[in-house]
Amino acid sequence: MDRASVADVARPAIRWRTLSRSLRGGLKGGEYAWAVAFVVPYVAVFLAFVAYPVVYGLWMGSEASLYRELFADPIYQSTVVNTVLYLALGVNVKMFLALLLSGFFMRPGWWMKALLLIFVLPWAVPQISTFISIHWMLNGEWGFLNNVLYTLFHVEGPHWLNDRWMALGAVIVSHIWKWTPFWTLILLAGRMAIPLEIRDTAKVDGATGVRGFVYITFPLLANLYLICTLLSTIFLLGDFNAVNFVSGGGPANTTHVLATLGIRNAFEIAQPRLGVAAVMSALPLVIPLVIVLMRKLRTAEVQL
Amino acid sequence: MSTITAEARLAARAVSRAHSSVRLRRYLNTAGTLVLSLVLIVWTIAPIYNMVLISLEPEGDVFTDHIWPRVPSVESFWGVLTQGHWYLEHFWRQFANSLYIGAMVTFFALLFGSLTSFAIGRMRLRHGWLVSNAALLTYVIPASFLAIPFYRIMQNYGLGNNPWSVISALVAFATPYAIFVFQEYGRSIPIEVDESARIDGASPPQIYLRIYLPLMAPALVAVGTYALLLAWNEYLYQFLLLSSKSSMTVPVALAQFLSSDQSPWNYMMATAIIYALPPVAIYYAFRRRMTAGLTVGGVKG
Repeated sequence: MDRASVADVARPAIRWRTLSRSLRGGLKGGEYAWAVAFVVPYVAVFLAFVAYPVVYGLWMGSEASLYRELFADPIYQSTVVNTVLYLALGVNVKMFLALLLSGFFMRPGWWMKALLLIFVLPWAVPQISTFISIHWMLNGEWGFLNNVLYTLFHVEGPHWLNDRWMALGAVIVSHIWKWTPFWTLILLAGRMAIPLEIRDTAKVDGATGVRGFVYITFPLLANLYLICTLLSTIFLLGDFNAVNFVSGGGPANTTHVLATLGIRNAFEIAQPRLGVAAVMSALPLVIPLVIVLMRKLRTAEVQL
Repeated sequence: MSTITAEARLAARAVSRAHSSVRLRRYLNTAGTLVLSLVLIVWTIAPIYNMVLISLEPEGDVFTDHIWPRVPSVESFWGVLTQGHWYLEHFWRQFANSLYIGAMVTFFALLFGSLTSFAIGRMRLRHGWLVSNAALLTYVIPASFLAIPFYRIMQNYGLGNNPWSVISALVAFATPYAIFVFQEYGRSIPIEVDESARIDGASPPQIYLRIYLPLMAPALVAVGTYALLLAWNEYLYQFLLLSSKSSMTVPVALAQFLSSDQSPWNYMMATAIIYALPPVAIYYAFRRRMTAGLTVGGVKG
């Protein structure tokens, strides 16, 4: 009896100690306090400036009637078509060009190095500067593009930004112009990471040119290519600047994408809830993308 | 004898034919490279050339049809630098605002990012993975989707038209990348370094300051440039949250040009070029580090 009572008294203490040890993960008291203190600033930033806006946004866009109003809006309907086109063409054309160009830049020689330096310029120059420049370039009367067409070929160019499909095309091409260099550099780094022995062995075995690409290079790059495509999809979905500055959503609100329509609804026609609803309607696409990306990125490595 | 010479001649002819086909292929190869290079250069340069072309036009001469500057003049650059146009009366103030926001975002993203990754990656804080997952989640949420609720919240806090509202938003979006890169980079530093310092009696802040930060210097440089450029190039949050002329930043001022009826295009392009110079210089100076850091885990997939 005596023994049992001793054990009964001692057990909670032991349980408490193991519990607190499992919480601290083997850190001693003082060190544990430091570790927590080190994490607190970021956790606070996350809660105040990411988690809170997310919850606030979900609350703002939680009424079903908002979506009825939104889906009935013809501007919203054309926006969905634009967003799908922008995603499908913008992401895939850009990534495919980047894949081909990264192979081109693998060639040896000083000329390729110099060319690469020029080629990354669109990525280095801020978006606002270049998109404003492209906007003026496409001006029907005084734009650089039509001036070139007239000077070289004596062709009167069209008013590029006055037509929905040409304006949307201009936005997509601007996006491709701006972001191809960045993804080319990443895929180039991926190609460089393929060990030289593999490439040499493949060459000896007769896998050169197209066959080398199909059987050796692409299988090794496929995972990276997939991650880049997914990341680029999510970045493009959130892209505001290209549409806002190249076409401005015009003519007559026909070239908006979800990101710009949300801002337009919230601030131009002062209906913030309708703006949030426009953005929220992308969630069925965003959520699966985020889940796949989180899994892929967690296992990935960074090279510096 | 004759058969041997004939065979030799045949062999020699075959060799020379092979040589010429190799030469032809090499020639075609070079020609292809040249053509593709030319196309790439024209494609890349066109919008930038357009920017330079218009900025070199003297005032009022923007509406022309020539494709090279007929009378190049640096008048508009001078106008920007001396705040000589009524649109540009706060240019240097706005430039300083951009710089201030960039510096603050860089500092806090590096500080919070390195502290968090130190606690999770080096001190092995239990449940630290929760924090890194929260960070990763932030990285893959489009920032523009949170702009409307963020604007409302800042109005509720009374932080409208305050640079700190922009700084806090950008720190929230830059720090996850910092945590991600620091944690991955930290794996290349053996944990025994920290442990031996611990045995010698160093406290966690001492290990962080004296050992962790110096060893992480390359990663700090890469993430620092990333955060600085993120803040310098960002537009949407700065546009929504900064409204007065003296508190706005250069990109917001630049976009205001665009919305006016009589846009002074030569001043606008000169401003765009001056605004683009610092990031371009940084890109080229830190090129290697940037591309290495920006692969965000891609490379080894």
